[in-house]
Amino acid sequence: MIPAIKVEQVTKQYHELRALDGVDLEIAQGEFFGLLGPNGAGKTTLISIIAGLARATSGTARVMGHDVVSDYRAARRSLGVVPQELVMDPFFTVRETLTFQSGYFGIKDNAWIDEVIEHLDLTDKANTNMRKLSGGMKRRVLVAQALVHKPPVIILDEPTAGVDVELRQGLWRFIRSLNEDGHTIVLTTHYLEEAEALCGRIAMLKQGRVVALDTTQNLLRKHSGCYVDLRLLPDTLPDTLKPLLVGHADGGCRLALKDYVELEGIMAAIRNAGIKVQEMEVMQPDLEEVFVQIMQREA
Amino acid sequence: MTGFYTLFLKEWLRFWKVAVQTVLAPVLTALLYLLVFAHTLRGQVEVFPGVEYAAFLIPGLAMMSVLQNAFANSSSSLMQSKMQGNIVFVLLPPISHREFFFAYLLAAMGRGLTVGAGMFLVTLWFVPVPLEHPLWALAFAVTGSGVMGAMGIVAGMHSDKVDELSVFTNFIILPLTFLAGVFYSIHSLPPFWQKVSYLNPIFYMIDGFRYGFFGRGDVSPWVSLGIVSAVFAGISLLALWLIKSGYKLRH
Repeated sequence: MIPAIKVEQVTKQYHELRALDGVDLEIAQGEFFGLLGPNGAGKTTLISIIAGLARATSGTARVMGHDVVSDYRAARRSLGVVPQELVMDPFFTVRETLTFQSGYFGIKDNAWIDEVIEHLDLTDKANTNMRKLSGGMKRRVLVAQALVHKPPVIILDEPTAGVDVELRQGLWRFIRSLNEDGHTIVLTTHYLEEAEALCGRIAMLKQGRVVALDTTQNLLRKHSGCYVDLRLLPDTLPDTLKPLLVGHADGGCRLALKDYVELEGIMAAIRNAGIKVQEMEVMQPDLEEVFVQIMQREA
Repeated sequence: MTGFYTLFLKEWLRFWKVAVQTVLAPVLTALLYLLVFAHTLRGQVEVFPGVEYAAFLIPGLAMMSVLQNAFANSSSSLMQSKMQGNIVFVLLPPISHREFFFAYLLAAMGRGLTVGAGMFLVTLWFVPVPLEHPLWALAFAVTGSGVMGAMGIVAGMHSDKVDELSVFTNFIILPLTFLAGVFYSIHSLPPFWQKVSYLNPIFYMIDGFRYGFFGRGDVSPWVSLGIVSAVFAGISLLALWLIKSGYKLRH
């Protein structure tokens, strides 16, 4: 099957700055893909190149098999982009904005616009001027604008930045349902718990390079052991375990383990020191910790 | 085609929705020029024999309005869209550089011609003006607004901020239109400034347009139309090339 997005050896040079440095990426159709990285890692530049908003210094990008430069019409028809900034045209209402946007794609039938308006809870605001909308509403219109031409691939560049919890959850439900309907979703976000919950596969960018690319599960498994939180009686950690201590939580102590197997040794050491375990909790690392580890490793 | 039409319609509505500011205000400005100049210079200046100064002034002022408003429309729309970031809505869809160019161009010409027509209609009330060769007048109104609409596209693409655009408007467009024979015939100028005026493409637009009304001008309307058309073609090609290359639009 043709990949939804294929990026090959893409570099982007802005004067002195190398924003992208030989990026290779292939995203299959139907994936929910996460593009993570600190500010300035090159996420938005990469998205801009895929969307045709920026031109790569070298390398190629394709959307549904269409080159974004030589076959830009087909590439752009296949792609919907929700930009990071809360941009809008203050001259028009919500419905006008969406009608124009679908017209740019050559669509005359407005039935789908009504459907998108309804899905995104914009019915009450359809005839309101864009200027009068709250930030959250403007964000919904941006999502609607990206969907007017029913693109098979949708890129969302930090869609939940500055959005309240209710809207965020609503937005994710909607985007998840789009993914279930077969749309490929590419997401950048700073909320790593969102990426962990939603994305099947994740690429991490740093200084314009892909430093990690794997399924979310593999990233979590490979890059970290686990933590164990202990509350002891008496509250003294045996000397042999002190090198594992990484912090204190809720009146107990937190030990870092490379592997679950180490748990056995820890329990034995505590028993031998005549200490009782009052409470114990074993915790999986989350994506945030994996992210920090990878970014530090690549420093 | 639909992409072009939609973008054109959007650009048209963009000024039409605020017509008080984009159409009525410039008509009023031109009218004030007419009242002040026609009143102060009445009986003192006769540019064409047998033509009242106010009547001589009207085509010049109408053309000046056409040109300045055509330029203002495309340049401010593009510059503002870039500043506000909503230019992405036009850059993301599959709109070709030609569709992009013609949509902005025709909307700019539309505003220029609307303001010019408005100004002309209002002044007809005050001063009767003959219209001897309407097709010549129309030809220069269309090509002139085209030149300025295309120049506005170039200026709007180049400018990232209001003050950058105001350099174009205040230091290039305004002097060129004021010194193009709106208020006088260049034959009243010293020989040196007459020669300088021949280098100003806007002079030919105004002179040719005025020929359409009085059947008289400083140069032949054919020469003027040739020069204006050549400038139009040149600036259009420049604008098309800039849009295709993504100059300051696609980084």
